[in-house]
Amino acid sequence: MTRVFISADAASLALGSRRIHALVLQEASRRGVEVDIVTTGSRGLFWLEPLVEVETPEGRIAYGPLEPTDISGLFDAGFLDGPPHPLRLGHIEEQPYLAKQTRLTFARCGIVDPLSLDDYRAHGGYAGLQGALLLAPQVIVDEVRLSGLRGRGGAGFPTGIKWDTVLNVEADQKYIVCNADEGDSGTFADRLLMEGDPFTLIEGMTIAGLAVGATKGFIYIRSEYLHAYRTVNRAIEIATAGGYLGSSICGSGRAFTLETRLGAGAYICGEETSLLESLEGKRGMVRAKPPLPALRGLFGKPTVVNNVLSLASVPWILAHGGKAYAEFGMGRSRGTLPVQLAGNVKRGGIIELAFGTTLREIIEEFGGGTATGRPFRAVQVGGPLGAYLPASMLDLPLDYEALASAKGLLGHGGIVVFDDSVDLSQQARFAFEFCAAESCGKCTPCRVGAVRGVEVMDRIIAGIEPEKNFEVLEDLCTLMTDASLCAMGGLTPVPVMSALTHFPEDFDKLPRLSVVAE
Amino acid sequence: MPRSTSWDGTRASEIIAAQASLDGAALPILHVLQDEFGYIADEALPLVADALNLSRAEIHGIITFYHDFRQEPAGQHVLKLCRAEACQSMGGNKVAEAFLALLGIGWGETTPDGCLTVEGVYCLGLCACAPAALYDGEPLGRLGSDALVGLVQEVRGL
Repeated sequence: MTRVFISADAASLALGSRRIHALVLQEASRRGVEVDIVTTGSRGLFWLEPLVEVETPEGRIAYGPLEPTDISGLFDAGFLDGPPHPLRLGHIEEQPYLAKQTRLTFARCGIVDPLSLDDYRAHGGYAGLQGALLLAPQVIVDEVRLSGLRGRGGAGFPTGIKWDTVLNVEADQKYIVCNADEGDSGTFADRLLMEGDPFTLIEGMTIAGLAVGATKGFIYIRSEYLHAYRTVNRAIEIATAGGYLGSSICGSGRAFTLETRLGAGAYICGEETSLLESLEGKRGMVRAKPPLPALRGLFGKPTVVNNVLSLASVPWILAHGGKAYAEFGMGRSRGTLPVQLAGNVKRGGIIELAFGTTLREIIEEFGGGTATGRPFRAVQVGGPLGAYLPASMLDLPLDYEALASAKGLLGHGGIVVFDDSVDLSQQARFAFEFCAAESCGKCTPCRVGAVRGVEVMDRIIAGIEPEKNFEVLEDLCTLMTDASLCAMGGLTPVPVMSALTHFPEDFDKLPRLSVVAE
Repeated sequence: MPRSTSWDGTRASEIIAAQASLDGAALPILHVLQDEFGYIADEALPLVADALNLSRAEIHGIITFYHDFRQEPAGQHVLKLCRAEACQSMGGNKVAEAFLALLGIGWGETTPDGCLTVEGVYCLGLCACAPAALYDGEPLGRLGSDALVGLVQEVRGL
């Protein structure tokens, strides 16, 4: 029976892949041909979704983006043999968008059945865990340290050092917590991975458990990601039934179990201490640090809190060695970064590349310019707390330090493109509005500062006493940066000040611009 | 998906008991209660508080902290429209405002006939097919005004 692959990730569903799935089945049955549809995650080339691939002797042949009205014609052309057709893309791997990538973390995404252990193993899955089971905990930690892996959630803290801290503290119980509260606008890599290759995350967490001596893990998934939540839950059941989770992982006598928890619509719960509070069943109020979660985390026990992508990088590192991973990248940013290209761009999707690629390559070569066809104006890098950058800064390399020195941040690797219809003063206002809506309220600079920020931006936009109000704005931003308890209040000034610095013309009527810009 | 069933204390107690042994059980309990009844009724508070050995004030604090939990029933259908930056970059704001004006409601409100509740959310992870939304939990992408108007007509059986 011919196998046909169709993505069921949330974005593909949003673009109509379920209907395509049903129509392929219907059309096949009408013609009396048999097809076996394999539901996969997405390859992450969203302008081509809904995409179908058909397995032929020459490999998988892709067609897309498909409209419901295309299916009948596709079958007329002899779909199951991979025939010529206006929407035929050929081998998807040969698309420049994919061919130019270095897919380590996303190597299997869109290719395998996300819920098939056989598929997972056939594509190199669980090689890392098999290796780790033979190693002493400190050796696993050292391998991760050697890889140079840094937290992919945004903070960029070295994963190996975090693990080392947890390993070397005595406790009757330790935890691995996966932060899958991917709330930054413009990011979707965690979602894509959980929907397309959840065993990679499960394997990474299991290795983390072995490395630090934790027997229990939690995956905290945001409630907006119900599809991912369901897939991960199924994958945990399957991995448990397969002996990869439970009281004796692969018969080793070592235990690791996993549970999921669903968030409830609070951006702040992506902050690690707020996430821990939420996992404990409380309001997601940020905790003061110290103590670090590595020493006193979930339920007061030593806890590794890592982002989905950090944990999902670990199986590759254990399978191929930390040194091999560290050979990718630049400076102190080692390995690969799954960039998420989104917003007003022709070819949005996931682009996994070694650190060091420039924004220009991402936006122009991969992205193909704006979706509307209007001139490019700005890009926001790193989510709602990231900087707005102008065209003149597109030669910045994607690297933690390079972005930081440009007064921006890399964050979770989300890139949102805007055309020339954007008004950066409105975006600055929105940064405060968002902070006001999502602040946990524990510290005053964030709770009150965000509200004051909206007010002052409203006055600036209305042209009321601009000189005085720019002074207030600057003062407010300094205060929030210096005195907020966590990154929510502390980084909200980043989009605001970057908008003001790089796009002063949008703030209109501004005699004091040069002063404010500094 | 979104629906409201009338309060049933026995059923609520069963639901709570089934989750109460989980670590950090409050959120799982509140989610299941909301899935079952469509919202979290005031009557549920003492039951949850008892099961978790917390005060009613603490449970109230949890419910009101998280945007997801409702204390009143929603409309028959719920549309969650993304208001975050990636959707803004594709004109999501204009689409949303026009849509709300057409319905004659504001963010978080329900149409007078009880058919549709429209809520703003910040990011659905569908940023490469913006503007995006969830309609009764199902993802929608590249939304234009036409698609939303079509949706309302469908909802109202027009």
